[in-house]
Amino acid sequence: MSITLGTTSAVAINDVSVRFHSKRTEVTAIQQVSLDVAPGEFVSIVGPSGCGKSTLLKLVSGLLKPSSGSVTLLGEEVRGPRHDIGFVFQRAALLEWRSARKNILLQAEMRGMNSAEAGKRADELIEMTGLSGFENALPHELSGGMQQRVALCRALLHQPRVLLMDEPFGALDALTREQMNVELHRVWRETGTTVLLVTHSIAESVYLANRVIVLTQRPAVVKEVIEVDLPSERDYSATMARPEFAAATAHIRDLLGAVTGHD
Amino acid sequence: MKPVSGDRWRGVAERSWRPAALLLACLAIWHLITVTGLVEAYLVPSPGKTFDLLVDKWSYLWGHTWVTTYETLLGFVIAGILGVLMAVAMVYSRTIESTAYPILLFAQVIPKIAIAPLFVVWLGFGFEPKVIVAVLMAFFPVVISTVTGLKSVDAEMLELAATMGGGPVKTFVKIRFPAALPHLFAGLKVAVTLAVTGAVVGEFVGSNEGLGYVILQANGNMDTPMLFAGLIVISVVGILLFLLLDLAEQLMLPWHSSRRGAAVTTLLAKGGS
Ligand SMILES: Nc1ncnc2c1ncn2[C@@H]1O[C@H](COP(=O)(O)OP(=O)(O)OP(=O)(O)O)[C@@H](O)[C@H]1O
Ligand SMILES: [Mg+2]
Repeated sequence: MSITLGTTSAVAINDVSVRFHSKRTEVTAIQQVSLDVAPGEFVSIVGPSGCGKSTLLKLVSGLLKPSSGSVTLLGEEVRGPRHDIGFVFQRAALLEWRSARKNILLQAEMRGMNSAEAGKRADELIEMTGLSGFENALPHELSGGMQQRVALCRALLHQPRVLLMDEPFGALDALTREQMNVELHRVWRETGTTVLLVTHSIAESVYLANRVIVLTQRPAVVKEVIEVDLPSERDYSATMARPEFAAATAHIRDLLGAVTGHD
Repeated sequence: MKPVSGDRWRGVAERSWRPAALLLACLAIWHLITVTGLVEAYLVPSPGKTFDLLVDKWSYLWGHTWVTTYETLLGFVIAGILGVLMAVAMVYSRTIESTAYPILLFAQVIPKIAIAPLFVVWLGFGFEPKVIVAVLMAFFPVVISTVTGLKSVDAEMLELAATMGGGPVKTFVKIRFPAALPHLFAGLKVAVTLAVTGAVVGEFVGSNEGLGYVILQANGNMDTPMLFAGLIVISVVGILLFLLLDLAEQLMLPWHSSRRGAAVTTLLAKGGS
């Protein structure tokens, strides 16, 4: 299975709509959204709560089928759950009977990866995300931030070409969140993974991304796409201090204020 | 997280003194009722007399205890295996679930004591009808708790598993089944006490050995000390089997029991029902 990158987008969402039917109502979560993500690109997605951001990521992963339109991932149309991605949910979703390390290795066991190699890679990721010393701790013995880091390691273990993250840092305190942002930025630069990040933090969306997609209130349509004009080497506080950063965040804040009806 | 052993034993002592005191109080009241002559001695024997009999007739009781325990355990194990298999089938197939539920419910509400004679007619006076009644009593809680457990798995966890591509078997072995174990154990603990009841009910209906037979004989002979002794031994068997499962749970699911609290807590919680 070879695909020519460069000409192909890593993720291509073509005119996709999603409608949920329930007994009483029909909800249109996403309406005719199109989006192309280049290989190695980092795209942030922001939008009001309940507008359809999680739905969008589930579409890309194949956990959800679009009502109309199509999604192409790494040159192949998405028809069912895809295995060539890493997914981080808003909640860490760890198995409570497995240690941190064993939770990371679940990825390897499910995929039938070589266990020696997977173990080595898990140790590298543990080291990189600052979990050393907590390999054998059970999830309930870890802080929320640490649990989230375990989930991130698990999503990176098999070196996926595309990483989907759904508000992964929502439960963290401001400082840990900054550290995780710096960490994620470094991982992204080192691995060249394509990342789609859903977030509620405007600063996070700008700091990490090449592009920020602003969605409207449900049914979600793309309100605007902001190109982030920042150097790819991003020191955290230096980046925060740049005028381009301030301009981008202010612009996104205005857009979100407009779509949610606040000022 | 793991208390050092000295603390552990002190913990056990702290947790056990209340139930122990309650037990002593009950014995004291029982004793008082008999010595004051409030109730005739042939109706309620004194605790002393009952315990003397327990000691004197130990070998007789022991043989019958073993019979009842054997029937109980066999019924419990069969119910456990069938119950888990049934639950798995019901969780994975909506058709099986909707077909089996009414039958299951019917089998549960029908009084076992009323159908036990039928099994005796069919299978005779051996251990088989007792085991079948024990299975029928123990089956339902195992199925219900396992179904609940298997369905309690976090939906996001299953979605995550789908993106990992391990297939349904790996997902079951590594995620669904372990996640269901705490529920399964809760069901097994109820089931084992019901299996004891089932075996004794089976013995009531037709047998020449077992603790149910001992009680029936004692009843016929107006031998109340023996009747009481039989009751005590049955209770002890039930409690020991329950505690054994509780211990197994703590050893197999340390991640769960460390948060759930002490064994005795669940014992008391159950004793209340
Ligand atoms: N399985 C479902 N069945 C019915 N409606 C659903 C389902 N999943 C999502 N929805 C609806 O679709 C809309 C979008 O949901 P989604 O979870 O994608 O929002 P979101 O943008 O991720 O919100 P948040 O920021 O709060 O996480 C919501 O109105 C929700 O009620
Ligand atoms: Mg969401």
